[in-house]
Amino acid sequence: MSIVEKLKPVFLEYPATGEGRYKYTFNYRKIWQMVIMLTAAVTLIPLIIITCIDYNVTQRSIESEISLRARRTASNTKRAISFFLSERKAALDFIIHDNARKALTDMDRLSTILKNLQAGFGGFMDIGVINDHGIQVAYSGTHNLGGKDYSDQAWFNKVVARGVYISEVFLGFRNKPHLVIAVKSQLDQGAFYVLRATIDTDQFNEILSSLELNGKGDVFLINRNQVIQTPSRHHGDVLSLVDIPVPEYSDRTRVKVFQDQKMEQYVVGYAYIPDTDFILMIVKQKAALMKSWYATRSNLIGFLLISITVILGVIVFVTTYLVNQMFFSDRKRAKAMHRIEYDNKLATVGRLAAGVAHEINNPLAIINEKAGLIKDIFVFREKYSADDKLMGLVDSVISSVARCGTITKRLLNFARHMDESFQVVEIGTVIREVLGFLGKEAEYRSIEISVEVPNSFPKIECDRGKLQQVLLNIVNNAFFAIESEGKLSIQVKQRDEKYLTVTISDSGCGIPEKELELIFEPFFTKKSDQGGTGLGLSITYQLVEEAGGCIKVKSEVGVGTSFIVNLPFKPKPRKEANTCESF
Amino acid sequence: MGATTVLLVDDEKEFVDTLAERISIRSLCPHVAYSGEQALEMIDATVPDVMVLDLKMPGMGGTDVLARVKVSHPEISIIILTGHGDAKDRILVEGMGASGYFQKPVDIDRLVAKIQALV
Repeated sequence: MSIVEKLKPVFLEYPATGEGRYKYTFNYRKIWQMVIMLTAAVTLIPLIIITCIDYNVTQRSIESEISLRARRTASNTKRAISFFLSERKAALDFIIHDNARKALTDMDRLSTILKNLQAGFGGFMDIGVINDHGIQVAYSGTHNLGGKDYSDQAWFNKVVARGVYISEVFLGFRNKPHLVIAVKSQLDQGAFYVLRATIDTDQFNEILSSLELNGKGDVFLINRNQVIQTPSRHHGDVLSLVDIPVPEYSDRTRVKVFQDQKMEQYVVGYAYIPDTDFILMIVKQKAALMKSWYATRSNLIGFLLISITVILGVIVFVTTYLVNQMFFSDRKRAKAMHRIEYDNKLATVGRLAAGVAHEINNPLAIINEKAGLIKDIFVFREKYSADDKLMGLVDSVISSVARCGTITKRLLNFARHMDESFQVVEIGTVIREVLGFLGKEAEYRSIEISVEVPNSFPKIECDRGKLQQVLLNIVNNAFFAIESEGKLSIQVKQRDEKYLTVTISDSGCGIPEKELELIFEPFFTKKSDQGGTGLGLSITYQLVEEAGGCIKVKSEVGVGTSFIVNLPFKPKPRKEANTCESF
Repeated sequence: MGATTVLLVDDEKEFVDTLAERISIRSLCPHVAYSGEQALEMIDATVPDVMVLDLKMPGMGGTDVLARVKVSHPEISIIILTGHGDAKDRILVEGMGASGYFQKPVDIDRLVAKIQALV
């Protein structure tokens, strides 16, 4: 037997509606399923809902936390960069207004200013003065750019229009990323001149690279044409196109989530730097940011799964246990009902039988005596004693009466509970006695009989006569079922401390399943043509039950029949209920 | 000593008359009473050797007759012959002093043998 079979509740084996001897009140399988489903639903649904709510709330709060942090960083950095640029712009503004145009076009003065700027701010590469025709009239710096005409360049027009200009980062002919800041000084009668300075991007980059960002963060500037302006760790080289689309314009810091071609999500905090083409981008990998959330999430889901498993386990176990208990008590009840029903039936039949037997017995006695007298007359008067035919007729009447007498006697015995007298007997001896009655018949029909009783089998206390009758009835039936040359085996075994089991098996014709239910019913017989009353097994059943035992029959048509009789070692007190169970 | 006298007591006239006839064929001397009361009267007149007594009779029952006879005439052997008795009755009447117990229908030869054994 496998573990699964052992754990499998018994009631699952039984059909929904009991048929036959034991009818079950409930459909246990359905009850079992219903209880499990209901309890599981009532306990698990709230648990799952709560977990879902918690899941969503936690996820949302973590996401908003991430977005908040990105925005804060972006806005701080935006201020730093704006400050950096406006600081330099203000310096140039100061210089152009502090110095007269003459002084600025003086090369020595200009290079002193450049030197001072380099010392004060650092990063200034060169400085030049351009007149209102776009011609660079004075220049100080590494390249000799004096006299260069800027009039047709876009930036020149912009500075003329706005008074100040901050360029994008570009390589220029210097072949080094830099940017340009230009300021305009208005003179009388519409004349003006422009101070233009070039700044390398090193300092600029430093501000950005000094930022410490979590979640594989990256910070850089792009222009409005998606071109990267400062070095980026993960999103392309300077002056190449960034892999993130340009976010829509906003004068405030904002946060957006983008998805790249690899379906990876990025949280982008961005800010348009005022008065420039720059857009500050703070790009973080969402997956890296959510790492702590993933850990929480797997804890949450793990806890949920374990809880569900435990709850389901407990529900199934408890329900199975309870339904099983219910099933067993119901089965016990069904058995008790069956016993009561059977006892009632027997009592009714008994009363009827006794009534009939009484009524018939007197006329029977008269017939017996009259026939006897006829015979007596024949014998003693010697007138007819030679007449074999008459004598035969009389003998036939007398033997028929004797047969009727046996039947009425049996009926009467069936009706009443004879007084019990208990003796200590050896079961083996009783079996041999019973077989002794039938020994001749067995020999004559060459039936092979085997008796198996374990050595030094404990003696039992019972009514010897009744035990004999029980065994005799069963063996008699077996003989009836066996054609000649069959086998009959009687086996005695100790079942447990209280009961012994006698198994009487024959190799007879067997009993069809339909009739198995009926064989213990009074007046059920297959031998009515041979004088069977249908009481033998009924009496056997009654005697075994009275003794506190139980009887069961197994049969297969054409193979044989086994009667299994469980008997207690000590008889049960009369008033106690019979607790013997045959299965 | 003459033939053994047997008093047959039974309310079933048909039965008891036939039984008496069969017993007389077997060289016994039967007398017949059809009720308990009649049997007691007859005992007062003539004391039989053996009495064959039915248990269930209208009026005085077999056990009453048995009890009275055992007091008044303890020397009479009494055999019970009944159609309704069971093991309990058997134990009861044997305790009351009955010498034999048969159930109807009875084999006449066994009954006669028992009567003769008692005399």
